[in-house]
Amino acid sequence: MRVALFITCFNDTLFPETGRATVRVLERLGVEVDFPVEQTCCGQMHFNTGYQREAIPLVRRFVEVFEPYDAVVAPSGSCVGMVRELYGRAAELAGDAELARGVEALVPRVFELSEFLVNGLGVTDIGAYYPHRVTYHPTCHSLRMLRVGEAPLKLLRAVRGLDLVELPQAEECCGFGGTFAVKNAETSTAMLSDKLHHVKETGAEAVAAGDNSCLLHIGGGLQRGQDGIDTVHLAEILDATERR
Amino acid sequence: MTSAKHAPDAFSKGKTPTFEVSARESLADHQLRRNLGKATKTIRGKRAEAVGEMPDWEELREAGRALKERTMRHLDHYLVELEESVKRAGGHVHWARDGEEANRIIAEIARSHEAREVVKVKSIATDETRLNEHLESEGIEAVETDLAELIIQLAGETSSHILVPAIHKNRAEIRTLFMRELGLDDLSDEPEALTEAARLYLRKKFLGAKVGVSGANFAVAETGTVCVVESEGNGRMCTTLPPVLVTLMGIEKLIPEWRDFEVFMQTLPRSSTAERMNPYTSFWTGVSPESGDGPEEFHLVLLDNGRTDVLADEIGRQSLNCIRCSACLNVCPVYERTGGHAYNSVYPGPIGAILTPQLVGIGKPGPDSLPYASSLCGACYDVCPVKINIPEVLIHLRGKVVRNHQDNDGLKGKLDPENVAMQVMAKTFSDRRLYEAAQRLALIGQWPLARSGTIHRLPGKLSGWTATRDLKALPKETFRQWWKTRKNRSGS
Amino acid sequence: MSAREEILGRIRRSLRDVPSGESPEDVAVERGYRKKDEAPHEEIVDRFAEHVAEYRATVHRVGEDELPAAIERALRERGVGRLVVPADLPEGWVPEGVEVLRDGADGHRLTNGELDRSDGVLTGCSLGISQTGTIVLDAGEAQGRRALTLLPDYHLCVVREDQVVGLVPEAIERLGETVRTEGRAVTFVSGPSATSDIELIRVEGVHGPRTLEVLISG
Repeated sequence: MRVALFITCFNDTLFPETGRATVRVLERLGVEVDFPVEQTCCGQMHFNTGYQREAIPLVRRFVEVFEPYDAVVAPSGSCVGMVRELYGRAAELAGDAELARGVEALVPRVFELSEFLVNGLGVTDIGAYYPHRVTYHPTCHSLRMLRVGEAPLKLLRAVRGLDLVELPQAEECCGFGGTFAVKNAETSTAMLSDKLHHVKETGAEAVAAGDNSCLLHIGGGLQRGQDGIDTVHLAEILDATERR
Repeated sequence: MTSAKHAPDAFSKGKTPTFEVSARESLADHQLRRNLGKATKTIRGKRAEAVGEMPDWEELREAGRALKERTMRHLDHYLVELEESVKRAGGHVHWARDGEEANRIIAEIARSHEAREVVKVKSIATDETRLNEHLESEGIEAVETDLAELIIQLAGETSSHILVPAIHKNRAEIRTLFMRELGLDDLSDEPEALTEAARLYLRKKFLGAKVGVSGANFAVAETGTVCVVESEGNGRMCTTLPPVLVTLMGIEKLIPEWRDFEVFMQTLPRSSTAERMNPYTSFWTGVSPESGDGPEEFHLVLLDNGRTDVLADEIGRQSLNCIRCSACLNVCPVYERTGGHAYNSVYPGPIGAILTPQLVGIGKPGPDSLPYASSLCGACYDVCPVKINIPEVLIHLRGKVVRNHQDNDGLKGKLDPENVAMQVMAKTFSDRRLYEAAQRLALIGQWPLARSGTIHRLPGKLSGWTATRDLKALPKETFRQWWKTRKNRSGS
Repeated sequence: MSAREEILGRIRRSLRDVPSGESPEDVAVERGYRKKDEAPHEEIVDRFAEHVAEYRATVHRVGEDELPAAIERALRERGVGRLVVPADLPEGWVPEGVEVLRDGADGHRLTNGELDRSDGVLTGCSLGISQTGTIVLDAGEAQGRRALTLLPDYHLCVVREDQVVGLVPEAIERLGETVRTEGRAVTFVSGPSATSDIELIRVEGVHGPRTLEVLISG
């Protein structure tokens, strides 16, 4: 099986450690991972901000780059959500029937990491060791767009040493929302402030999630408040073992 | 009674502020934030409970969606059928191209019965057409009889929630208002006492009114039956006691058959007031003069006012499925914090963010800002009893707003800093080498901003982020650089 | 052009994407929800009583032969002196010693003022819906016109056990005939009138009867 890592431009540039962890976790499970270097961005920011004409070449590029693979895995619920839910719309908008066919063929093979591990590979315990008190933020797109459900929690519960504490009002948005955080900065901040309040309530050492965009936002707030709470991507927790 | 100060909204002539600007004001009102936070949390929990006891909720949502889709795709057919049915049952049907025409029709009916006062049951359609103002200008007083509508009418304010228009006010504020406006010397701030005061004040109005005005939750094409769903009994009063009843209804409110109530009478109450069933629902079919039951004269006014434009958009069309339950407002994290007034429209919240710009047309800064008043979290779609994919429509409308700005605002649209940045980024992402070069450039570019892995202040438009949040600085090595080194190592 | 023609024209232009041969029934509607409560009728009635009571209405279960006594007791406890009743209320329901205002008796329809000044109203109903605790009035037998159950401050309503159905779809189906052929008005009553307009705190009794008392007879 040829598995491609779709790193996402965001992780590539800002969170390379999440990408490294994803590669190591997959390889530990015997998956041969390829990283097609021609990949750039899925076009979500453009598409969701309204620059949809501009996103079409990026959609086309994504389909061309990943078409040869049996499975495409990304450590981001949000970017996978873009591909799964909106690529069809983008192809329609482009009026390009061939692109539409390409999207239709590729979409069922694109997975968010926790989905791929739990539903695709059928594993929940991958021998991780992470001796910390952690709370989990489900992120809107993983929760309501991809409906990954229990998959991330199953993975976390199997991590040795990890004390998983429930996040109150977990299902509520942290206020990131892409360009929303800048365009409606005050409203976004009001949402973040409640999220931070709930995070602190748990007494956790770290907040985990399957999306670094939300973690960048939550982490930015925690850092500004000098709260002493870390943010960590699910992949990095799964990558941690007793030896490293 | 004080005359309402009519704040401009998206449906009035004046320009309205953008959501960002109005939201800033609302966010700073801490009393409002507390009132709203408490109210939305309460109703969210109750709704989840009411829906939780329905094993076939998803099937009901799907049936509701499909029924509305059927209606919209054949709206002309069903409207003609509705018209025939209402006339057959002894009612009169009027058609109104826009709000002004609807207001003229209603005022004319009131005038022809020499009514100086009409009693009204909560109707957002009449808020949209600004009927009360129009009647006032013709010397006819419109008395709002829904408790919350009465509160905001007395306060000279506008609604901030589809279902609970005075959700932004607490009991102490209402007590002061009632004492002043209803001329009461003493009144406690208990909700029971405040409600009793309204009952006494309005009972006289109901008994004396010649004309009642209502909206409609549904109208059935097959039978001509009109339905009003309510709690307080003011709807029953307005639609039963006055000899003349006028109902203003958006053309999208109809449903094909009587049978279809088996779906909507299950989904609407649980989604809106979170009850198994709301206290009172009235269904009437024309008039029945021989039995003396209800009004002698019934007029149904069918309102377009932009709805046919919404219908023309194949993605936006689903917005017309809305049955005004307000569940999307109650779960929306944006609405919960800003309240309804920030939307500057009679339709606030997520549904308002898609309905308003479509009804008034793209190209106005206020309404154009509404599709952006969302983090696209998707909670609204999950609770919608007719499965309107609100995030999908929001994104679609953002596309329309941007295209309109680019294509019709000349150089100003093209030179807009956001547009320029987006064009540059789109170019960059289209070429791997450009993209990698940009990654290197960004690392150099952040140098003056980053301090030990953190950026505390960003310039220009991006400063909104760092006003309240730090930004993680770029690491020294991108993922792809690591991959290349690793590959080279293992390859050698 | 009339507004009617213009609006219908706009709609037809807006729906150009709908194939001209498509009929409304071609748009599939999957009705996969429950149509009937399959529980034993006794259970359905029990649940009806529970659900009505949860709206803070007073509910009593009485045998058919106990009904007149139960009505008398309810009216006495409430202190009803002037009682509104529909013209066709069954014989024997109204106790002695109560002033009866019979709507439509001798061709006189009670005025709104008379209804407003009464102490209460006694009616039957068309249906009860167990799923939601709803009483359905359709101006049929023993119910009278809508104003009767609206203006008095107290409504005493008799529901026969055999009038109780399980789910909302069952009620809608039973009412279809009346609506289609006679066009009678239908009112769903679920508990006393209520408002939650002030801080979302529920207050019972706004404009309709503030007290609803239900006698389930079987």
